[in-house]
Amino acid sequence: MRFVRQGLITCIAAIVLVSSAGRLVAFQEEETVAKEAAAPPAAIDKGDNAWMLVSSALVLMMTAPGLALFYSGLVRKKNVLGVMMQCLFLMGLMSVIWALYGYSLSFGGSPKDKPEDSAWIGTGEYLFMQNVQPELVGSEVVYPTEGTLPRLTHMLFQGMFFIITPGLICGAFAERMKFSTMVVFSILWGTLVYCPLCHWVWDNGILTFGSPRAVFGGMNTGALDFAGGTVVHISSGASALICCLVMGKRLGYLQDPMPPHNLTYTVIGATMLWVGWFGFNAGSALNAGGLASTAFTATHFAAAAGTLTWPLMEWITHGKPTVLGACSGAVAGLVCITPASGFVQPMPALLMGAVAGVVCYLSVAKMKPKFGYDDSLDAFGVHGVGGTLGAVLTGVFATKQATDYAISGGNSLGILEGGSLLVPQIIAAGITWGYAVVVTFVLLKVLDLSMGLRVSQQEEVQGLDYSQHGEEGYIFL
Amino acid sequence: MKKVEAIIRHFKLEDVKTALAEQGIQGMTISEVRGFGRQKGHTEMYRGTEYTVDFVPKVKIEVIVRNEDVAKTVSTIMRTAQTGQIGDGKIFVISLDEAVRIRTGETGVDAV
Repeated sequence: MRFVRQGLITCIAAIVLVSSAGRLVAFQEEETVAKEAAAPPAAIDKGDNAWMLVSSALVLMMTAPGLALFYSGLVRKKNVLGVMMQCLFLMGLMSVIWALYGYSLSFGGSPKDKPEDSAWIGTGEYLFMQNVQPELVGSEVVYPTEGTLPRLTHMLFQGMFFIITPGLICGAFAERMKFSTMVVFSILWGTLVYCPLCHWVWDNGILTFGSPRAVFGGMNTGALDFAGGTVVHISSGASALICCLVMGKRLGYLQDPMPPHNLTYTVIGATMLWVGWFGFNAGSALNAGGLASTAFTATHFAAAAGTLTWPLMEWITHGKPTVLGACSGAVAGLVCITPASGFVQPMPALLMGAVAGVVCYLSVAKMKPKFGYDDSLDAFGVHGVGGTLGAVLTGVFATKQATDYAISGGNSLGILEGGSLLVPQIIAAGITWGYAVVVTFVLLKVLDLSMGLRVSQQEEVQGLDYSQHGEEGYIFL
Repeated sequence: MKKVEAIIRHFKLEDVKTALAEQGIQGMTISEVRGFGRQKGHTEMYRGTEYTVDFVPKVKIEVIVRNEDVAKTVSTIMRTAQTGQIGDGKIFVISLDEAVRIRTGETGVDAV
């Protein structure tokens, strides 16, 4: 309960902050609207489009088989299908929502600075894929564009993020949540948490870097989030913590042994996540230029460093470096570098990955047992903690040397080069935390009263594979 | 007619099987089992959580032999499965009432 109460206080504070920011923003908007005249849409660049289509496929692969294997190896045999089904079903479910209205709520509204469009939520411009799909004009099929990409490609790429984010939360409530409630929760969470956050951070909303709408008390709240430190990892990690607090522990937690049933799956899954993350981060450049190479390098280096430091901590404290530790360290490094990947040089990326391996190890192996919450697969411990760490460290290490001039405008970014990014990074992380915590808490309470969150005790003992799906992962025949 | 049941280490299975075949013992059934005797279990660590594994994995061999072959079978298994360390396993000899070959209906020693 202490967590819940503290979380609530944080959130209420954040909401007060955000709503007062909104009022101030209104003044600023009027001044800047007339600045940019409508430019003709850029032509589609085939190289960019090729890279972004590949990146989209890579990010989809992160959810399944990547995350599905990573998570399912960590649960007990009787729940292996339950976890895989959550990942697979979300690939279908979230894609449908994205196609119908999710993309529009997240990115609707172009050009980006029309005063009548909201800084809080996207417009209905792309509902049902209108203005996204191609159409015949005269004798030419015209593709709406975003930068040098067909808007279809942009929609697909962003849609893959919409799939994996609720997938990450599944790690917190694994082995005990009712499948039907999980489905409804994911629909509501995607709509009420992901879509607004995505709009705030990436679509000229209240947290967008360089946006005139991102102002609070005369201070800039625009934060750099290259590939989803706030939108994906803090939002899912903070929600994951609320899930395991509200839902409670698994039956027999800390009494019955619950070791991973197949770490070979987990190794395969973790390494697929590593590869898929190149699409996630380097793809977030939204083109195939040098910025993608910056992000690719940072991503790889951070993962590499995390793979070393987590098992190193175990080696020092328990005498043996574990395989699960190496997998977890790689993911921790990847999570931490996500917001920073397009803004940092290779050496800071190594450092960020290394720090993430140590900090996430401490959060999972020391903090979790101390407080006793059952974050079953450490969705909060890795994504919540690693994502927050990454958002803050972006404010330290981001440099105008490493990113596009169009982003930095030649101004210093991180505090290491004398920039003022650190404070907005912390504010944006706090707002994301507060928003995700409050909405997730309310959603779970409503669903608990209406549908029930957990399976019955008997079903939990039986396992989710049979009780929720009528199947078994491993059959003796 | 007796059943000789031996619990042995995984990596000794191939040696034992080859040696028994050389002694003219035809056929055996094996299964993967877990248990403990004097060899203690061990602890495993997953993300900082420690689990005690009391039941150590072993291989169980079951061979059905004529009474006069029991001594030979037991000594062969003992010779080949031994390392001298705690955890080498055990051999049990059990009387057997009947055996039937399903295909032909032969019974007793003929069915083995």
